[in-house]
Amino acid sequence: MDSRRKASLLLGSLFGVLLICVIALAALTGLLRPLYDPQGGFDQIGSIGGPVRLTAHTGERIDTGAIGKPFAIFFGFTHCPDVCPTTLAELTQTLTELGPQAKDFHVYFVTVDPERDTQAVMASYMGSFDKRMIGLTGTPAEVDAVVRAYRVFARKAPTKDGDYTMDHTATTYLVDGKGRLVGTLAYEESGKVRLEKIKRLIAAG
Amino acid sequence: MSFKSSFAASAALALAGVMAAAAASNAAEQQSPAAIVSHGSSHAAGAASFRAGTVLITNAWARATPAGARIGGGYLTIENSGTSADRLIGFSSPLAARGEIHEMAVTGGVMKMREVDGVDIAPGASVALRPGGLHLMFVDIKQPLVSGQTFKARLTFEKAGPVDVEFAVAPVGANAAPGQHSHH
Repeated sequence: MDSRRKASLLLGSLFGVLLICVIALAALTGLLRPLYDPQGGFDQIGSIGGPVRLTAHTGERIDTGAIGKPFAIFFGFTHCPDVCPTTLAELTQTLTELGPQAKDFHVYFVTVDPERDTQAVMASYMGSFDKRMIGLTGTPAEVDAVVRAYRVFARKAPTKDGDYTMDHTATTYLVDGKGRLVGTLAYEESGKVRLEKIKRLIAAG
Repeated sequence: MSFKSSFAASAALALAGVMAAAAASNAAEQQSPAAIVSHGSSHAAGAASFRAGTVLITNAWARATPAGARIGGGYLTIENSGTSADRLIGFSSPLAARGEIHEMAVTGGVMKMREVDGVDIAPGASVALRPGGLHLMFVDIKQPLVSGQTFKARLTFEKAGPVDVEFAVAPVGANAAPGQHSHH
């Protein structure tokens, strides 16, 4: 190999190694995080979310814009045997594990099926869960406004016997004390990650 | 080798290494959906089994329903020790107006449930209906499903015919039959 080729090889390899170092440093310091973990970090997520104005299962009118504390919110319906009761049970468990710091933390369960899930139905349903779980319903227009604000997918899917089920987003949204969407909990996120995310949310205020 | 190719080779190697490391650390944080581990399904204490011909039903359980809920979800495992396939084509219970078999999937964060006509069980195979997947929907229940209680239902198989099964009710939001451990 002549000296020019040797120099080329050396220079090329040096640049390559430099690139490795830069990328490794970026990865280690979390700069590349958005590429593989879009949910990492608590930066504000654009314009998704906003104040929710609906009727609680207790009958009182709720405006999450006036709360001033962080909360979690997810969407479902009572004719859902799996995802919805599971999410409520899991979140209850997380709040129990967090103890006193979570005593004022609320979880809002918004029905995407206000036709069947009236306030009376929600009142019965939510009675089976922790008092911090609040069921929310309203007129179809009111619910639709919230569904759109949170960019939630919700669609009626007819079943054979003339009835229907709802296809819906199964994610839980985490909102900070200023009413801004700052994170999410994926359906079947591990209990450990759920605990950490809600702990951070409450601590950040 | 030229400058360009050795640079490109090192860079490609670097990127591959970092992406693999990132993917590994991300994967370690996540759980695979419906990966519920239950120990010794047909040998667990209190687990009953029900047979019709070559079809064996074990681990039949349902979740307690929140007050006022009109539907309940049931799960079970079907083993076919026969030499030909069979198919669960329906079920009924005195507890509900009708029974429907549904599959459920969460894809891209969206939950979708669809009724299915039946569940095929190949010869020698075992099919599990469990949270996050196929389930029995007890529609228009006449009374709530209460944790700790049991109730009866009749499953109908294409070949094996009807099987009467007793379901054990676990707490609301449970991920496994009562008396079993589940990893989450």
